[in-house]
Amino acid sequence: MAITDIKVDSPSPNKVVDRNELLKKRKERNIKIGKWVMPIVVFIITVYLWYWTVQVNDIPHYILPDPFLVVTTLIQDLRILLSALQVTIQITLMALAVAVVGGVGLAILFTQSKFFEISFFPYAVILQVTPIISIAPLIFIYVENRTVGLLLCAWIVAFFPILSNTTLGLNSVDHNLKDLFKIYGANRWQKLLHLQIPSALPYFLGGLRIAGGLALIGAVVAEYVAGTGGIGSGLAYTILEAGYRLNIPRMFAALLLIAGTGVFIFAILSFVSHMLLHKWHESALQKEN
Amino acid sequence: MGKTFSEDIVALREMDLKIHSGDFISLLGPSGCGKSTALRIISGLTEPTVGEVDWKVSHGSGAIGVVFQEATLLPWTTVEKNVWLPFRLQNKSFREKKDQIERSLELVGLKDFSKSYPRELSGGMKMRVSIARALVTNPKVILMDEPFAALDEITRFKLNNDLLALRETLGCTIIFVTHSVFESVFLSDRIAVMAARPGRVIQELGVDEPYPRGESFRTSSSYGTLCRKTSDALKSAMEN
Repeated sequence: MAITDIKVDSPSPNKVVDRNELLKKRKERNIKIGKWVMPIVVFIITVYLWYWTVQVNDIPHYILPDPFLVVTTLIQDLRILLSALQVTIQITLMALAVAVVGGVGLAILFTQSKFFEISFFPYAVILQVTPIISIAPLIFIYVENRTVGLLLCAWIVAFFPILSNTTLGLNSVDHNLKDLFKIYGANRWQKLLHLQIPSALPYFLGGLRIAGGLALIGAVVAEYVAGTGGIGSGLAYTILEAGYRLNIPRMFAALLLIAGTGVFIFAILSFVSHMLLHKWHESALQKEN
Repeated sequence: MGKTFSEDIVALREMDLKIHSGDFISLLGPSGCGKSTALRIISGLTEPTVGEVDWKVSHGSGAIGVVFQEATLLPWTTVEKNVWLPFRLQNKSFREKKDQIERSLELVGLKDFSKSYPRELSGGMKMRVSIARALVTNPKVILMDEPFAALDEITRFKLNNDLLALRETLGCTIIFVTHSVFESVFLSDRIAVMAARPGRVIQELGVDEPYPRGESFRTSSSYGTLCRKTSDALKSAMEN
């Protein structure tokens, strides 16, 4: 075949259609829509299968309630559940706040004094790797106040990702910028405030998102261990109590609320992170495009 | 102003360089010849092992400006706030220094981008911001460590021209580290050719071409001759 046989279609210049580009665009659009549609489809199928299994096998509701009974229970018991949820959220948020203060404070101390870091970092790791469920019973022996005990448990779980991420961030400053600050005579405080803290912000926010979920886990686990009921107990105790009474629908309803709370905390923290970073940081940038 | 220092472990040996006020001097050499080490010693970031720099810099005075190979901007803040940095570290407010910051940005041709974030700018523009930041304190000396090495040739030529124009306006001393023969000939009064292992100056070349230099110099025969001469010096530096 001679070279002259090769013919290239050249349509009018203002209406060039590239097949590859077209396919790529179509795929992008499908993913964009699918991101919302597919989870909903999975949800509907799961709920239907659940309902169908219960109906066909005639499973009694004290073993497996059907999804509609769970929703009905959620609405009927809303007052009890919401007051329990309020307690759980309170503990979670307080623990998260203390974790932020403690984690960031400790990270700053670590970067200010290497000596301090090498002395204390191993203990922070030990505290992190020991399962909270095994420390919690001890905590409730020595801590009289129940709320303080719960707070302490949730804090132990939540503070480590903030500490380790923030420390990493404070130490990952561009070395040329460090030199620049030195040449311009920045003191330790200025370096921390204008260079290290902004550099660490994306790392800190990453840690914060993990810590948010962990604080909730810590709060729930600790309450299982604490185990005392009465007024002012959280969702974990509601689940325990409902379990004793074989009130399975209520267990499911409480579970739904806990999961929803976790998602909500994550969403809020992701939003905060996006607001703080979207103008300059790579991670937020890619999301925009 | 004279400098005598030596750091004879590996980096630099018996480097003796006299730099006059208003000079544009290039340190040219292969990698590992201690160009950057020399610059770090001059800027006071590193202490020389032996010898000293006659001209002492006090950090924070704004007497020197630096430009690195990367633009080295604070990504979380705007262009104008980046240029404010040297003053900010002297505890001077933005409003107090607004005129100087604006003028500096105007000199590098980025007045319209003062509110942009670094990520919105091209590589060349980021480098201009970096230069504006170095200029803003009106320094006596500007140290440049391969500032245009990461840029494409077209941008680099443009920035070379602009740098010379800026120097005409400001009249400051510039110490310029580069590994480009063409760049060093085009820009400087004097070229110190350096050799590696151990790092040292093996030859000093003068470029007797009056400023301002423009595109006509870049295409002139004297430019070609000087480039060849410098290339030869660099070649012998590599063989040494």
